[in-house]
Amino acid sequence: MTAAGVLGGAKEGGRLAHRVLLVRELGIAVALALLVGVTVLVNPRFLTAQGIKDLLLGATILAVLAVGQSIVVITRNVDLSVGSVLGLSAFATGSLFVANPGLPIPVALAAGVLLGAACGVVNGGLIAAARVPALVVTLGTLYVFRGLDHTWAGGRQINAADMPPGFLRMGSGTLLGVPVLTLFAVVVLVAAGYYLRGYRSGRELYAIGSSPAAARLAGIPVGRRVFAAFVASGALAGLAGVLYAARFGTLDANAGNGFELNVVAAVVVGGVAIFGGSGSVYGAALGAVLLTTISSALPVLGVSPFWQRAAVGALILAAIGLDRALAVRLAKTLRGRNGHG
Amino acid sequence: MSELPPILSLRHVSKSFGAVRALQDVRLDLWPGEVHGLVGENGAGKSTLVKILAGAHPADAGTVLVDGRELSPSGPSDARAAGIAVIYQEPALFPDLSVAENIFMSRQPLRSLRRIDAGAMRRATAELFGRLGIHLDPGRPARGLSIADQQLVEIAKALAFDARILVMDEPTAALSGVEAERLFSVVASLREAGAAVLFISHRFDEIFALCHRVTVMRDGRWVSTDPAAGLTVDELVRRMVGREVSALYPRTDAAVGEPRLEVRSLTRHGVFRDVSFTVRGGEIVALAGLVGAGRSEVARAVFGIDRPDAGEVLVDGVRLPPGDTGRAIAAGLALVPEDRRQQGLVMELSVERNATLTRRWSLSRLGLLTGGRERAAAREWSERLRVKTARLTDPVSALSGGNQQKVVLAKWLSTGPRVLIVDEPTRGIDVGTKAEVHRLLSELAGQGVAVLMISSELPEVLGMADRVLVMHEGRLVADVPRAEAGEERVMLAATGQGGAA
Amino acid sequence: MAEPTPAPGGGRAGRAPAGRGTAGRTARWRGVAGSWDAALLVALALVVVAGALAVEGVASPRFWRFVTLEVIPIALIALPMTLVIITGEIDLSVASILGLTCTVMGQLWLWGISSLPVLIAVALLLGALLGAVNGVFVTAFGLPSLAVTIGTLALYRGLAYVVLGDRAVADYPPGWTTGAIAAIPGLTIPWMIIVVAVLAVVFGLLLHATPIGRGLYAMGNNAEAARFTGIHVARAKFWLFVATGAMSALAGVFWTLRYASARADNGNGLELAVVAAVLLGGVSIFGGRGRLVGVIAAVVLLGILRNVLQLAYVPANTLTIITGSLLIVSVVGPNVAAMLRDRLRRRRPAAPLPQE
Repeated sequence: MTAAGVLGGAKEGGRLAHRVLLVRELGIAVALALLVGVTVLVNPRFLTAQGIKDLLLGATILAVLAVGQSIVVITRNVDLSVGSVLGLSAFATGSLFVANPGLPIPVALAAGVLLGAACGVVNGGLIAAARVPALVVTLGTLYVFRGLDHTWAGGRQINAADMPPGFLRMGSGTLLGVPVLTLFAVVVLVAAGYYLRGYRSGRELYAIGSSPAAARLAGIPVGRRVFAAFVASGALAGLAGVLYAARFGTLDANAGNGFELNVVAAVVVGGVAIFGGSGSVYGAALGAVLLTTISSALPVLGVSPFWQRAAVGALILAAIGLDRALAVRLAKTLRGRNGHG
Repeated sequence: MSELPPILSLRHVSKSFGAVRALQDVRLDLWPGEVHGLVGENGAGKSTLVKILAGAHPADAGTVLVDGRELSPSGPSDARAAGIAVIYQEPALFPDLSVAENIFMSRQPLRSLRRIDAGAMRRATAELFGRLGIHLDPGRPARGLSIADQQLVEIAKALAFDARILVMDEPTAALSGVEAERLFSVVASLREAGAAVLFISHRFDEIFALCHRVTVMRDGRWVSTDPAAGLTVDELVRRMVGREVSALYPRTDAAVGEPRLEVRSLTRHGVFRDVSFTVRGGEIVALAGLVGAGRSEVARAVFGIDRPDAGEVLVDGVRLPPGDTGRAIAAGLALVPEDRRQQGLVMELSVERNATLTRRWSLSRLGLLTGGRERAAAREWSERLRVKTARLTDPVSALSGGNQQKVVLAKWLSTGPRVLIVDEPTRGIDVGTKAEVHRLLSELAGQGVAVLMISSELPEVLGMADRVLVMHEGRLVADVPRAEAGEERVMLAATGQGGAA
Repeated sequence: MAEPTPAPGGGRAGRAPAGRGTAGRTARWRGVAGSWDAALLVALALVVVAGALAVEGVASPRFWRFVTLEVIPIALIALPMTLVIITGEIDLSVASILGLTCTVMGQLWLWGISSLPVLIAVALLLGALLGAVNGVFVTAFGLPSLAVTIGTLALYRGLAYVVLGDRAVADYPPGWTTGAIAAIPGLTIPWMIIVVAVLAVVFGLLLHATPIGRGLYAMGNNAEAARFTGIHVARAKFWLFVATGAMSALAGVFWTLRYASARADNGNGLELAVVAAVLLGGVSIFGGRGRLVGVIAAVVLLGILRNVLQLAYVPANTLTIITGSLLIVSVVGPNVAAMLRDRLRRRRPAAPLPQE
């Protein structure tokens, strides 16, 4: 085992690892492009201005949730309560407008985000302070938040007529052809992506997910960072709730019911490792777009819409299978170049 | 040296965990430019001391002074800010992150707006590696690095924040001779630069080669601190154990019987190839070589943990199906693995469950286990091997390293093996238990068991083995009978310089 | 126990095992684990007594019949799920398997297969097959079961929609339903509870009193060490996924017969209810810890609580909140208790060193 051999192997390994990461996000982008391309061939109207708008609008809420979920999953945790937080925040937004018809939109946005963040504080506080598994705690708060939502709503429904027209226009309006709601998602995505890549505390989230024990030894405030990740996820779910209210106008206590697994699916399809440490919010957002595009493309392709869920399931399996295959190849290369065992 | 103030000074440091006093009134002074050895049996309190220095545990009483100023760290980052770096036996890196990020985590060089300057980080890493003579790509992920490389990354990390106090907790336990030499030269250059090194090791040759002064601890208390030059191995051992220890290697010649374990042309691509050897009943055969030569991997393949790509394994003339551990055990094979905590034991389970896990089928009646037979079997074997534990229902993690190793041995010896493979059987266990393990292996050979012993400790290999097989880069390169086995001959073969099989 | 136990210290050892300070920690841990099962049983008794005293109808046989019918499907799935989670894996696709078996049975019925035994056999085989798919992905390809079964959760539910779309098959012979929910002669409790009880005993023995069960706990704590002990980790996990699939299918059969209705959304969301019950029962989500008694107590507790509250006209969402809170308490409680104890002890001066 010569030094030169080690050096060569290491270089190769580094490059390959980098390539694999690139390939992963590129892979989803290519799959998305293929799906859109084939669908357009079948029906060119799929990609008109209106078609694009519909696609983006459809993906927006899932993408916002997926960004928040990625931040949590990167730290080797999971937040199953996002669907319930979304529901709570959406209903709160509606109620706010019912109570104060003249409320400025930014105030409603802030209220929704704050409410979501408060839910995140509950999750993060329990997980970081009591050191309990996130899956169990957020499964519990999934029920608790949803139950609170139902108790609050008490069977009521809030309709579009109860909300200010300006708010609903935000839900359907566009800016330079891009839906306003999607702009929210893009801002969130870019900010989160930039933060995770370019800031110390962002990198520490990856470090925590990669090896929690090593992170503690390295002096990273693990509890505080994980807490912050859950607050961020909660706040984004709160934001998604406001966007949901703006988009659909009609709200009851069931908004966002069952979203949690879709969100985790988007994140996994987007290449964020379910056991933390790797992946990016861009991938997760692409995953969200891919999942929603499938649902709108299937009817256009003449496939029964009943196939939609099955296709999503198959996609998840394919995505994690692909990740695994790439990881095995990478490990083999690193092993082969490193000499013996 | 003693005119300068000590860079690190521990005064009357005590620490308890529940009712157990791990440290009591411990004192220690470290001067700049000094390599200070710290020895003691497992459970003597060395690891607790390291944890306190690292800021992972607070001390209950006493003071830690750095440059004369009191240090009361509330966490690892405070200790680090005071210039203390700890290099653990098993480095704790982030496998998904690049080597450069591992080194600079939480201290990445920044650009405007507190953004990370990735270019500067890579350059600084390359510069550090140049200084240490490490050939690694700063951009590669830490996943897949050898333990030796991981430790070098840890040392680079310590250099990166100008650590002046380097604590090394058994750094060479998993290193080959060459790798250890490289580590020592790095340590020497750090010392010349004025750093103080606290060096913890179970290997006396290293202690004497490297250290200026040696501190001995026993049962959580300070025993002595003396210049290394005035000490002998026997004296150190006596202070560590607190009594005289009988001869370490009680090997007696045993009658060699029929071939028990036959390995023929065993190959696993990229790991080892064409490995053939025979171990006879009553024989202890050592498998020597550098770490990474493929020894443990051969053992794994023989035992059926990994499926070999070619070749076959026979026990008492019967071919084992490849990759089937259950059948290997049924045929009379037993493997005491290298990594006790990860492979040998289920740390969360009780002593009793661990000791009887291998016999769970034979202890069952009509497929049912109701506990009584397991209890009896566990009691019998833990008494035979003198496992020190309050209760057999205690989790095995509560035991000391030596007692844990005894539980692993009990678990396998109770199956009545005909072939016993032991991989680094005495790594990280104290001197007293070491001797017990050696005596046990001798006894087993005397009863006709074929013993294959993988060991990186040359004295152990030479003291115990009837024959020494040497591996180099995945090949079996030498088969040396006891009479001809010498330190030099084995080392030459292990480093690939002479001695064909 | 016919096995003779040797007298303590009567072996060959020259030195009796010495006392160490760690014994207390273990005893405490065992105390907590033991008390959790006990706490659940006490809570169960309290709910029953308080319900019977305070809520009209709880003491009636009809109430118990209803509770039993509702608990049966969750209990059927929770049994194998407990074993799966103890090995450190999870199966979120169970409710989708239930839904898919319902729709396949419905479609077969529409095609004219009217033999109940044939339908049941096909359903169980299908469930086993779907579980085997999970098992292959997890054990042969080495993928995390959380991700795999989120995938198959969507896939199997999707296939259920492919089979029946939004139609419902509801024209089964009425006799099937009455047969499925018939009471044990002389009682009002449905006879299916006997099947569940027998299966519970089988799973309980398997987990707690067989070599296989010992292996499950070992692999849940440390799969690598289990492999080094000759335990076939992959094989055991594979068969557990198969068993979970088959049991989910059995729950699906019961669901179909009880409601005389096969729809693609049958049992939607049930997976989280089952996981919640298992975790509330004291099983560690990280594997290696937990007992079946606790899980059964938790399943029954949740079922009774739900129905008592319904009878008391407490809205369903209150129960949702209670379920969630119980789940959180089940993991937070022991941890916080341990932390408080540690803090208390640290404040006291250290106890004298135990002498060996």
